Amino acid sequence: MARTREQLAERAAKELQDGFYVNLGIGIPTLVANYIPQGMTVTLQSENGMLGMGPFPYEGEEDPDLINAGKQTITEIPESSYFSSADSFAMIRGGHINLSILGAMEVAENGDIANWMIPGKLVKGMGGAMDLVAGVKRVVVVMEHANKHGQSKVLKSCSLPLTGTGVVSRIITDLATFDVKPDGGGLELIELAEGVTLDEVAAKTEATYSVAAGLQ
Amino acid sequence: MGKIYADVTSALEGVTFDGMMVMSGGFGLCGIPENLIAGLRDSGVKGLTVVSNNAGVDGFGLGQLLGTRQIAKMISSYVGENKEFERQYLAGELELEFNPQGTLAERIRAGGAGIPAFFTATGVGTLVAEGKEVREFDGRKYVMETGLVADLSIIKAWKADERGNLVFRKTARNFNPMMATAGKVTIVEVEEIVPVGSIDPDQIHTPGVYVDRLIQTVSEKRIEQRTVRQREA
Repeated sequence: MARTREQLAERAAKELQDGFYVNLGIGIPTLVANYIPQGMTVTLQSENGMLGMGPFPYEGEEDPDLINAGKQTITEIPESSYFSSADSFAMIRGGHINLSILGAMEVAENGDIANWMIPGKLVKGMGGAMDLVAGVKRVVVVMEHANKHGQSKVLKSCSLPLTGTGVVSRIITDLATFDVKPDGGGLELIELAEGVTLDEVAAKTEATYSVAAGLQ
Repeated sequence: MGKIYADVTSALEGVTFDGMMVMSGGFGLCGIPENLIAGLRDSGVKGLTVVSNNAGVDGFGLGQLLGTRQIAKMISSYVGENKEFERQYLAGELELEFNPQGTLAERIRAGGAGIPAFFTATGVGTLVAEGKEVREFDGRKYVMETGLVADLSIIKAWKADERGNLVFRKTARNFNPMMATAGKVTIVEVEEIVPVGSIDPDQIHTPGVYVDRLIQTVSEKRIEQRTVRQREA
């Protein structure tokens, strides 16, 4: 059984560590905030200029001056701080954020990521994604294993315009989890979603990868 | 010389010209100088290059200047919320330069600080780095990006004193402080102008030296994505 969106978020939450400052992308990564383990201190960064993001407001308490990077209304918590976009990206580019969890259209076996543009079609822009993948200490991608046409999104090399090169450390999909080994070491399959077989992953993955000991 | 102007029209008088570059603060619709944008629309100035993280939505914020075709070029990081923008761009009617959000913020900061260029790892190996100098420092590649200075910056702050010392509110700060420093002329709209001395100097976010003109306005402050949670029973 492939992981659902909720199960993907729950799995991605295992990447969190006590004391971490974390930036979560839009989509499934945003849901990771619902699975921060009790008793663990994790501070969420919003790249539009906030550390310590709180939950959505109660109805009637929305503040137009208080939004997250997805433009959603949010709230502050006692530890929150606000700052400019320049300070926000100094924090990101300067390597002060421990972890970024984001979605992707394609990831390659060398850690390249494409998640901002489909030529001739989609012209939304990269937002902060290029800064995040270049600056944050550890980048974890959470995504569906295949696109809506059933083609593998884990590839030998990306076909879409890149967001960053050699920046992804781990790929969590609805079928499996891969590590991108440092220094050109390639992909390693480290985990299967419950009920998913090695054969199924092999059939649905275009990239080449090794299989961790214990999974074979 | 006083910095306070009576209204948007008088604040914009004598500072607009066709083909000029305008920086406009805000992230999405949060912290945008909505009254000054409407003022630019009414002034009829055209051929604008607008530097702004986003392009507003259809009919509001910078969407108003797109509807009237007053914008020739946008320098932005994300424009996904505006259908008219996408239509004009795909039809070749509008020039667009995408900058990574942090690179955009730093280009503006650098421009205001008198720094003509800087190197960043953001965008190395991507379309963003094409045609730009790439240099290696301590074994890592960085791309050169240039500072940005605008003919006019339009800014939204929460509060100002009569000398233009500014305080922003929550995430409405975003691009506003850097843009205030990077305009040859900077005009700020605020919700409240208070007497000098009523803001604690330690709490001022942007010193008045960057502010040329100031107006008190009423903002609609639209919410783009109203998200709420249920009260527990």
